[in-house]
Amino acid sequence: MRLELRQITKRFGSLVACDAVDLEVAPGEVHALLGENGAGKTTLMNVCYGLYRPDQGTILADGRPLHITSPRDALAARIGMVHQHFMLVPVFTVAENVVLGHEPVHLGGFLDRRRARTEIRRLSEAFGLAVDPDRVVETLPVGVQQRVEIVKALVRDAQLLILDEPTAVLTPQETTDLFRVMRSLTADGRSIVFITHKLGEVLEIADRITVLRQGRVVGRTTPAETSAAELASMMVGRSVEFQVAKGAAAPTGAVLDIQGLTVADGRGGLAVEDLTLQVRGGEILAIAGVQGNGQTELARALYGLLPKLSGRVTVAGVDVTAATPRRAAQAGVGFIPEDRHREGLVLSFSVAENLVLDLFDRPPFGRGLRFDPRAVRANAIARVREFDIRTASVDVPASTLSGGNQQKVVLAREFSRPLRVLIAAQPTRGLDVGSTETVHHRLVEERDRGTAVLLVSTELDEVLALADRIAVMYRGRLTGVVDPTTPRDAIGLLMAGITSGSGRADRAAGGAG
Amino acid sequence: MAAEGVPEAAAAPAGPRAPAWPVRVALLAERSSTLVVTALAILSALIVGAVIMIVTTPETLGAWGHVLSNPARALTTSWALIETAYAALFTGSAGDPAAYVHAFAVRTPGAFTNAFSPLSETLVATAPLLLCGLSVSLAFRAGLFNIGATSQLIAGAIVASWVGISLPGLPLAVHMPLALLAGCAGGAAAGWIPGVLRARTGAHEVIVTIMLNYVALNLIVYILSLPFFLGPQQVNSISRAPAGSALLPHLAGASLRVNAGILLALAAAWVVAWLLQRTTLGFRFRMAGASQDAARAAGVDVRRMITLAMVLAGGLAGLAGAVQVLGVDPQLVPAYGGEIGFTAITVALLGRARPGGVVLAALLFGAFQAGGLQMQAATTVPLELVQVIEAVIVFFIAAPALVRAIYRIRTQGGGFRLFSQGWGG
Amino acid sequence: MSATAWTATASGARARGRHTWLGVFTAALGGLTAFAFCLHVGGGVTATLNMNSQPAAAIPLVVLPVRLTCAVLAAVSAAAGAAILRRQGGRGTYGLLTLGLVAFTLAFVIWAARGTEVSFEGLLASTLIDSIPLMFGALSGVMCERSGVINIAIEGQFLGGAFLGAMIGSLTGDLWLGMVAGAAGGAALGGLLAVLCLRYQADQIIVGIVIVTFATGVTSFLDLQVLTPNQATLNSPQVFGNIAVPVLDRIPLLGPILFDQNIFLYLALALLATIQVGLFHTRWGLRVRAVGEHPRAADTVGISVLFIRYRNVILGGAIGGLGGAALSIGSTGEFTSDMSAGLGFVALAAMIFGRWSPLWAATACLLFGFADSLQSNLAVLNVPIASPFLLMAPYIAVILAVAGLVGRVRPPGADGQPYRRE
Repeated sequence: MRLELRQITKRFGSLVACDAVDLEVAPGEVHALLGENGAGKTTLMNVCYGLYRPDQGTILADGRPLHITSPRDALAARIGMVHQHFMLVPVFTVAENVVLGHEPVHLGGFLDRRRARTEIRRLSEAFGLAVDPDRVVETLPVGVQQRVEIVKALVRDAQLLILDEPTAVLTPQETTDLFRVMRSLTADGRSIVFITHKLGEVLEIADRITVLRQGRVVGRTTPAETSAAELASMMVGRSVEFQVAKGAAAPTGAVLDIQGLTVADGRGGLAVEDLTLQVRGGEILAIAGVQGNGQTELARALYGLLPKLSGRVTVAGVDVTAATPRRAAQAGVGFIPEDRHREGLVLSFSVAENLVLDLFDRPPFGRGLRFDPRAVRANAIARVREFDIRTASVDVPASTLSGGNQQKVVLAREFSRPLRVLIAAQPTRGLDVGSTETVHHRLVEERDRGTAVLLVSTELDEVLALADRIAVMYRGRLTGVVDPTTPRDAIGLLMAGITSGSGRADRAAGGAG
Repeated sequence: MAAEGVPEAAAAPAGPRAPAWPVRVALLAERSSTLVVTALAILSALIVGAVIMIVTTPETLGAWGHVLSNPARALTTSWALIETAYAALFTGSAGDPAAYVHAFAVRTPGAFTNAFSPLSETLVATAPLLLCGLSVSLAFRAGLFNIGATSQLIAGAIVASWVGISLPGLPLAVHMPLALLAGCAGGAAAGWIPGVLRARTGAHEVIVTIMLNYVALNLIVYILSLPFFLGPQQVNSISRAPAGSALLPHLAGASLRVNAGILLALAAAWVVAWLLQRTTLGFRFRMAGASQDAARAAGVDVRRMITLAMVLAGGLAGLAGAVQVLGVDPQLVPAYGGEIGFTAITVALLGRARPGGVVLAALLFGAFQAGGLQMQAATTVPLELVQVIEAVIVFFIAAPALVRAIYRIRTQGGGFRLFSQGWGG
Repeated sequence: MSATAWTATASGARARGRHTWLGVFTAALGGLTAFAFCLHVGGGVTATLNMNSQPAAAIPLVVLPVRLTCAVLAAVSAAAGAAILRRQGGRGTYGLLTLGLVAFTLAFVIWAARGTEVSFEGLLASTLIDSIPLMFGALSGVMCERSGVINIAIEGQFLGGAFLGAMIGSLTGDLWLGMVAGAAGGAALGGLLAVLCLRYQADQIIVGIVIVTFATGVTSFLDLQVLTPNQATLNSPQVFGNIAVPVLDRIPLLGPILFDQNIFLYLALALLATIQVGLFHTRWGLRVRAVGEHPRAADTVGISVLFIRYRNVILGGAIGGLGGAALSIGSTGEFTSDMSAGLGFVALAAMIFGRWSPLWAATACLLFGFADSLQSNLAVLNVPIASPFLLMAPYIAVILAVAGLVGRVRPPGADGQPYRRE
């Protein structure tokens, strides 16, 4: 199918998410839609799939205009979409998920489960997808769940498949599998729109590339005609050296000492397994790895948000193994959570209150039962100026701030008490370039103050730019601690679980979810 | 980082302190929109009440049956009914202006009693509604839905009554506070159960408090079979009254029922407001209520906050029970407190779970209660109409979008998003 | 709800803890049986159970030695508990728990009948009759909550259905019309819930509670204002008589209980079967459950989330209204203010107790019905328990259940959450 988008514009209030975007996807091609977070890629494709209605513009399939106002219309036009957050009912079986909305039935509306199974097996074999129709979805690894989503689209005979950030949750091995499936689909004449912000993958799999920035198309090219550096500069709008201005680290002794830490993943497995690591004062140690390899759990466990099964953690000699978040904070641990909307902020509280979320019970804000809103407000005014937080007032709810400014609130709060250790989990996820630079700058500053900084990031570029040492995690274990001058390829191998001399780590249990 | 060290933001053109006027306008609009929505909700509910009265009263219904032949009569009959009913609702709660004039003219105790009696009745009805409304509100602010004010009120009433009966001869200054405290403790114990179960096992407080209401209703039936509560020769399920030394003093002489309970309730509202805004505990409550994840990450012991919030909420409702027993209805009966615990939920919603708002809402519903009786006497329209009007008000409050749709209001706000957590805990 | 690792860990540990809890609880029931019903009963004491009722074939009176029978039943409970502990969360935990509970209650009945004769048949019959409105209520809850809308307003639907059923049934003299009107009354209140929660996205629990207040107020008001002055014409409906199923009603013991009953029982059982099968084996059920678990997933495959929710909530309301009609024109023959007296909340509890499954919810209704029937038969039983405490028992049972006994109870994933596309 040849899909054409003409002059698609979508606004959310005053924000223009897509600004007169043109896009053409030819039959049998993988068309990469590249852009930073917030560039409008997903919005554009949600318009295409009928989840959003465009304010302007038309969609054409093979030259005929389509009127897509709901996913039902999109499916009827043979457009399928695999969302970044899977649209699977966790407690249903694969078969139930696949046939949902498209159910084969006997007389009287009774489900024809046999026909569903046969169809799934057929498609699964035809495209090498390997899914078992009778497994319950929530018990499957992420990679398999993604294949279920693809089967879901294929059952409806999708000729155009939109994959939204499909590799974000996959291991390199699973990514390879996915690319193989994508090729078998295009070989069958189907088209694929591949949404991503990872340059390497685009160059590897795409036939054509469209780059979006701030809702506009800023470039069209092919892998043969371009390079990673060129794509990167198109994405961010200027030539960016992923280099953060920072001096050499002056590490002191180990401040954060982790010995044999093991953390459960809540599904009967282990998220972190027997991990030993030291972070020295005055250095940034970055944990690299594909998302879902235990980094999140490691960060949360260190701050006392997840119970530790075994091991020992000390901060400057103080044992914090069994510490609650409160105790951890008292021991001098600062925490920038991965999900700032859920854990970093109380969105309905004012900016001022958010700036003292974990300081409210110590002077000058409170002592004992006493709480002083005036001190809170005065502090907020100072912090807002110091960290250049753009807000209409310190009294408005934190939910009214932009993502970057919300993150600045978190940083301002955590930095307003003396830290020995700072745990920063994905501190720049979803932020624009300017805010990202601010965050990086503040992290380096904190390092230079002698704090031991543990940075968790799945963005290898960020890791390479910031870290003084890099620890790579794979399936809950460290596969290596290396120097930031180590070549990317070598780190990539470690992220895939391949350590020198050992070959590929065992992955029989399937998936790193 | 001494707070005093922050200089005045004189030189900051785009600083955060100075430019707030558009923000202030926005906040004001938000607040006024809340007021508008509330006023329209009350107005709409009164209109609904009027319509219900018209279609259920034979005279008006008959007149509307002949609306084509005699439209004027349909309108005048209806207006007469509504006017009589709502006038009675007003004079029965706020008092009759003519009676006030008369009272100040003749200056006899009887005339004063007559004039101020409606106001007194309103305040008497307000006190327990306010205390229970505060109970529900405090729980709301900590993210919990306390449907169990009924059980906590009953528990408080039983314990207060027990202390009131069993320690005769104590001086008033000791006995009365002791009985009040005991009621508080009884309610707190009844609130502790759903709190601790929610915190420890995740059992949803809505279902537990509903169940506890029925447990309490049966418990009081049992209590009323015990000789201690019944006293000698009593056979009906009516308990003895507490000793006089435990009773709350009247505020305006023995002929008016208004007593110190309303002062206690207002004081409680002030304490709750202080607790929520000026204490670290209140900050923890609000944090746990607004985002458990953020609260946990900030080192707040969410489980303890849940338990504690329910204990305090129970204590407030228990105090309501004590105030009833020691001030209004000294004898326990089955289903003691009636609908107060349930109405308190609507009071809390109407007051947006803010102590100041709850005071006003409780006054309004207290006035409805007192005036409703007068209305029932004046027009034969049953008191239950008041309950309908209250429910309709809260429908509109719970769905502000509905009010805006009906009255075509453009502004946002006026909303009241509490929490939408399913049963999962 | 949140699916983070933290909550997952906590709930995983909690689920394991719950199974231990369950096993210990069931085994403890056995111990309690042995202690209370065996040890303190003389060896020669017997209990006589009467299982006869017209027109079923007669069975001789069952005379049981109390101590021995209770000892056997104690062993059953203990074994069920041990099995739960051993299996640690395998399938069948709930069945074993039910077995333990049934053994315990049977032992209780036999102990209560020591030295006297009790109509076991009558106990069972009144259990079933008392649970009829509860079943309608619980099914109403299942219909709504499986589609993701919390229905805490069952009590209101009961009152609406009872009121309209009685009034229309009396006014027209046609009970069937009364039944339809009852269903319509419930459906209207269901519609109100749906509009406020789905269109105006108000909080579902709050709206549910307010609907209960509203329905209580309106029906009490209309009862006083309209029905009472016209009692003869507006509030004197007939009552549905029993319909005997030929032949089947002659089955000993169960025949008259199950097959010589009110139309409402047959209706409840038919609805139960329909919803149970429909929910898990038809296209309708698959879509309903998908909408209740993950509305966005349903939306992305072209299913209208709002349509399914509206339909289910209104249908659920109608079923609740039928439960109310069962109270008035199925039982007492008139409407009285607040006549459901909290049964709607009990039905809600039964639904949660029954883990949002129609079949288990109905089982829970039977449990509540049994407690109720036991209480009303207290006078003939040899039980040293004050009546209020027996009446409290089911409520306390629910509290214990939601606090730990329900096991891996998991409400529909999106229960209580409004759905927005953008």
